Amino acid sequence: MRDVAVVSYAQTPFVRSERARNEVEMLMPVIDEVVEKSGIERRKIGFTCSGSTDYLAGQSFSFVMAVDAVGAWPPICESHVEMDGAWALYEAWVKIQCGEVDSALVFSFGRSSMGETAETMTLQTDPYTLAPLGPDAISMAALQARAGLDRGLWSEREMAEVAVRSRRDALRNPEAQLKGEFDVDEILAEPYLVSPLRKHDCPPVSDGAAAAVIAAADVARQACEKPVWIRGIEHRLDSHQPGSRDLTLSPSTKAAGEAAGASSGRLDIAELHAPFSHQEIILKQALGLSDSVKINPSGGALAANPILTAGLARIGEASRQIVAGNGRRALAHATSGPCLQQNLVCILEGD
Amino acid sequence: MSEESTAVTKLVTPVRVSYTYTPGVATGKFLRGIRRGKIIGQACDSCGRVYVPPRGACPRCASPTSQEVELAHKGTIITFCVVRVPSENIDAELPYCAASILLDGADITLFGLIQECKFDEVRIGMRVEAVWKPESEWEYNLANIVHYRPIEEPDVPYEQIKEYS
Repeated sequence: MRDVAVVSYAQTPFVRSERARNEVEMLMPVIDEVVEKSGIERRKIGFTCSGSTDYLAGQSFSFVMAVDAVGAWPPICESHVEMDGAWALYEAWVKIQCGEVDSALVFSFGRSSMGETAETMTLQTDPYTLAPLGPDAISMAALQARAGLDRGLWSEREMAEVAVRSRRDALRNPEAQLKGEFDVDEILAEPYLVSPLRKHDCPPVSDGAAAAVIAAADVARQACEKPVWIRGIEHRLDSHQPGSRDLTLSPSTKAAGEAAGASSGRLDIAELHAPFSHQEIILKQALGLSDSVKINPSGGALAANPILTAGLARIGEASRQIVAGNGRRALAHATSGPCLQQNLVCILEGD
Repeated sequence: MSEESTAVTKLVTPVRVSYTYTPGVATGKFLRGIRRGKIIGQACDSCGRVYVPPRGACPRCASPTSQEVELAHKGTIITFCVVRVPSENIDAELPYCAASILLDGADITLFGLIQECKFDEVRIGMRVEAVWKPESEWEYNLANIVHYRPIEEPDVPYEQIKEYS
């Protein structure tokens, strides 16, 4: 295995609605910044991979237009995943492992605000039996939350505590969207949005873009003062059919975490992509995280959840924490699909 | 045959997703121009190439395209084809001539229909001009230009336009 590091990360502030700029205009400054910070000349970056979905823009091949922000002339080696940017980073990591390239630019972007996110996400369900029924993303998460509540695995108060802590931590993150001091009792007194979920249990609708540059050890060492090493990165998935799963567990997160080496050393920080409050509790259990692990210092997906960018942002935020000296070893997690169906775990370490 | 042994061969699952589209800064300026009967492109800050409709970035340089350029309503046919099969997306009488047109001052071609001439006279390098809908019908839409028609100007030699073909 080649040692590969995150050498730079940049993102837009995540906002409720990026009305003024289109995707290219949103991406261009982020890509400029991440390339500049990487210390690697743009033309020398061997591979570019993006993660996005045309469903957010409502425009086929919208990702092709985004390549305008990269400067793809003369033609570059480029790829795209219709997945979170965390999986684009995985593809880039594999490309470096194969020895084909020594560095890669990874980015993801999206303006969720242009559509009805909860309904758009329905389209990722099985197209023959589930999608026609139209269960929206919030209702599906509510089924999962209910299953855990009824089994006594968590309480509505514990869910509210996750939300309060996330939005309090987000106060220290200038790029987070939804932040502030909230009171558990007060938010528990609010009505249900989709029972048993209240508004605070759900992520905000967010627009934004993020980018990272990763590189093999020799390039990373030369280019960057504080490379953040990817010690393991793995992804696994559970059944596409939520009815065939125990929704209170996340076996795919557990398997990905074990394969990535989550338990092979003490973790200081975990950036978990848990769009709904109860999902943080499921992930924490699946990954066996102790209470000493600081969870989502960035505020996590409850503070900003740009679709298909929030996962890459977890890797970015975890690496920022390591660069800032707030920890030496971190776990970053990304999820996709209804009710935590697909999960990626990335273990990051400073020198 | 019993119902159980009949293969399911067709399933209709209607899907509808609605969007509120916002075009961004560069394309927004272009659409506002089109609404007023103007064709507004943008030039790359670094190489000067002019894009229309602009998206805000030069795909070659990844530089912003911050300089606005008002383009002529005349241009040159870069390539074309005569279409004899119907398409759901194009409301034109068959056959029609679809062309890739380089407006004077632009470095990227626009798609348009060629009319008011015989199709066997259409050729690469031919000069054309935009024919607009009546002003009262202008919208934020490139369809304000209904088609292009030939003008009495000498053809542009291929050597001068081969970069765009």
